[in-house]
Amino acid sequence: MSIIYLLIGCSMLLALVFLGAFFWAQRSGQNDDLYTPSVRILLEDEPKPEMEKEPEK
Amino acid sequence: MKQANMQIQTTCYHCGNDCENDQIRLDEKRFCCQGCREVYSILSKGGLCNYYSYNAHPGTTQEKPGKRFDYLKEPAIARDLVDYSDDKFTIVTFYIPNIHCSSCIWLLEQLNRVNPAIYYSRVDFLRKQVNIRFDNQQISLYKVVEALDRIGYEPLISLQDVIKKQSLDKKDNLVKKIAVAGFCFGNVMLLSFPEYLGISQYEQSFRQFFGWLNLAFCLPVVFYCATGYFSSAWTNIKNKVLNIDLPLALGIAVLFVRTAAEIITRTGSGFADTCCGLVFFLLVGKFVQRKTYYHLSFERDYRSFFPVAVQVIEEEKKEKERSVPLADIRVGQRILIRNNEIIPADAILLKGEGKIDFSFVTGESVPVSKVLGEVVYAGGRQTGEAIELEIVKPVSQSYLTQLWNNEAFTRTQDNRMQTFSEKVSKYFTIVLLVIAFGSLFFWLPTDVHRGISAFTAVLIIACPCALALSTPFTMSAALSIFDRNFFYLKNTAVVEQLAHIDTIVLDKTGTITITGGNAVTFHGEVSDYEKQLIYSTCSNSAHPLSRLICQSWSDQCKLNVNSYFEIPGRGITADIDGEIVDAGSERFIRGKYFPNSNPESTEVHIRINGNYIGYFGIRHNYRDGIECIKALTSSYDVMLLSGDHGHEREALSSIFEPGYMFFEKSPQEKLDFIKMLQASGRKVMMIGDGLNDAGALKQSDLGIAITDDVNNFSPGSDAILDGRSLSRLPAFFNFSKDALHVIYASFAISLSYNIVGLSYAVSGKLSPLIAAILMPLSTVTIISFTSIATHLAAKKRALL
Repeated sequence: MSIIYLLIGCSMLLALVFLGAFFWAQRSGQNDDLYTPSVRILLEDEPKPEMEKEPEK
Repeated sequence: MKQANMQIQTTCYHCGNDCENDQIRLDEKRFCCQGCREVYSILSKGGLCNYYSYNAHPGTTQEKPGKRFDYLKEPAIARDLVDYSDDKFTIVTFYIPNIHCSSCIWLLEQLNRVNPAIYYSRVDFLRKQVNIRFDNQQISLYKVVEALDRIGYEPLISLQDVIKKQSLDKKDNLVKKIAVAGFCFGNVMLLSFPEYLGISQYEQSFRQFFGWLNLAFCLPVVFYCATGYFSSAWTNIKNKVLNIDLPLALGIAVLFVRTAAEIITRTGSGFADTCCGLVFFLLVGKFVQRKTYYHLSFERDYRSFFPVAVQVIEEEKKEKERSVPLADIRVGQRILIRNNEIIPADAILLKGEGKIDFSFVTGESVPVSKVLGEVVYAGGRQTGEAIELEIVKPVSQSYLTQLWNNEAFTRTQDNRMQTFSEKVSKYFTIVLLVIAFGSLFFWLPTDVHRGISAFTAVLIIACPCALALSTPFTMSAALSIFDRNFFYLKNTAVVEQLAHIDTIVLDKTGTITITGGNAVTFHGEVSDYEKQLIYSTCSNSAHPLSRLICQSWSDQCKLNVNSYFEIPGRGITADIDGEIVDAGSERFIRGKYFPNSNPESTEVHIRINGNYIGYFGIRHNYRDGIECIKALTSSYDVMLLSGDHGHEREALSSIFEPGYMFFEKSPQEKLDFIKMLQASGRKVMMIGDGLNDAGALKQSDLGIAITDDVNNFSPGSDAILDGRSLSRLPAFFNFSKDALHVIYASFAISLSYNIVGLSYAVSGKLSPLIAAILMPLSTVTIISFTSIATHLAAKKRALL
């Protein structure tokens, strides 16, 4: 049963890593704007080709 | 084929407004104005037409004359605006009210293609901000702002933002504290589980190990997460105030001390789970209570309305005009005010024709003509040609701005009204301490150990966790309901203030009336000549109704009036080329009065040479939902407090009681009026819109700024109401009372939990398991009860 000491130690370590990751995200401002990225991901990087072609005709 | 005048209603490709003019076109697309076409041509040249593919008509109309950003060339002002600058690049954040759709995000993040010197731009949609990094060797701040303006995104640069930036909100790390508390709470729960299930005799070494780990997890919770409660309790004791933080801090401290004592002495397993859970839930409650509206500001004053800088004229220097920051304006300087600019300080008119719109200061919507040598008060907006003025008073001491020197603006705002939980927690704390010490002294003579254990158990079990959570959760649910209905409250305490109001004071211009033309319609048959007669007659009168009639028929030419006669309050009579024109009230023209005429509009009847011609119906530009104010008069004292003249008194008497209308009040008089009402024991709510109401809004128990566009300027207030929701005001009042009832009920629930727990505690036999069950159970009950009850109440009031 003494394996439980090791297991608890491992789980604590893992939890601490996650806590640290959250702190890092908070500090680097990832939680400052929670809305705009949800819109931004839907925008395309380049304009649609037919828009570009329009002046040619 | 004949094209019968086919009138196609076309909308502007850029902004979606109706195109009145068919001529403004580009690439077979129609535009409502040159400004919109200009924006389109810039975007199409830059290959940025994708802007129009994400949303139909994403732009905003460019019809309004562009602002001048000359002052940004002044290094001192530019320095205050930027976030960071070195010799290579500059970072700046602008607030752009126009940001409203995904196209806006897309375009503003493509600024690099508009101007390659802008390296990077990032939009924060909810805050309506764009963060820009640019090469300051190639492009100046002025050029960046101009580029933004040219694509239709004019940044709002106001003096207050400059100041606000320096005092950025101090953070109390609440999110970090919640993270730490949640982390510890989760682990402690895990480690406490074996204890709940029972640990067999031969596994006692685990019990010790788990106990020490639990104690270790308590340390950051008590000494980092809960510090706010300890310091708050301490300051409250020092100020001899009893509030809910004291029993909370006591509970946390006792939990920790008893846990530590039991684990170190190996007498028990302690209450580590309860301790961590308590702090975690309390912090979550605190977080929920903190509602932030990124795009709203409740603390605005005249500075955000006034320009950042003023053009100062210096005759003796080579460059005659210079932008000077508002704070550096001195008495005696000559300033230049162009069309649509605001006069920042009391000044004397030196040159040009002043037509000043004081609607924001006095509530009077008709521009006032000013002649040379006259004093012009600060806050007026020049309409027409550019004028020159000499400053006679510093900005902060001017007629309007000295309102902000009033004590209403300097006193601390927190103690306006005591909230219910503040009142209750005082008695709660006293009762709790009495019970705790009572059980201590009851057991002390017989069993010291049991006495201490009972004392600590009482403090643990009666720790008002659920009590402390009921207000934040109810109020935050209420706040989000209000939010959905376009009623934005500054904080949760405002809900409670709303429920206690008994007197409502309304401003007139901009609050119950909307700015913009009144609708004037003529009922009856008139020839063109008669039109001219009526126009000429009315043009002689200064009465507001005559002016409105003249405005609506402004294309008529004026005839010579031989004689003119006015009976105040009745009507006017004029003799034009022998034609006698009478205009006035129904009684004046027709000799009798029909009382059932439409209260929504005022009528002006016309008679020419004794023959009745017809009448003008002038519909008041009252806001929709004005009827609701009448509905409120049955349960509240509703008063009108206007800076305007009393010419609408009659029309408004259908809404307000005659004795409750007050006209021609200056901003200071409005403030004093509210103070007077409060002195007679009333709880006053003020609804206003302009700077002239700012004092009254601040002085009142609850100040609501009403606005048509929440991004526009609104004076400092406790709440911002979108004009569309005015009709829901009675529902808001009822709902705020419901919210209070929900709080009362949840207090009752949490008290009953406390009483059940106390019956265990006073006997001194409190097992950690009971504490560990009771605390989360009561918390969950309260949270679910308050949110469900609040939503049901909102449904009942048709707010959901």
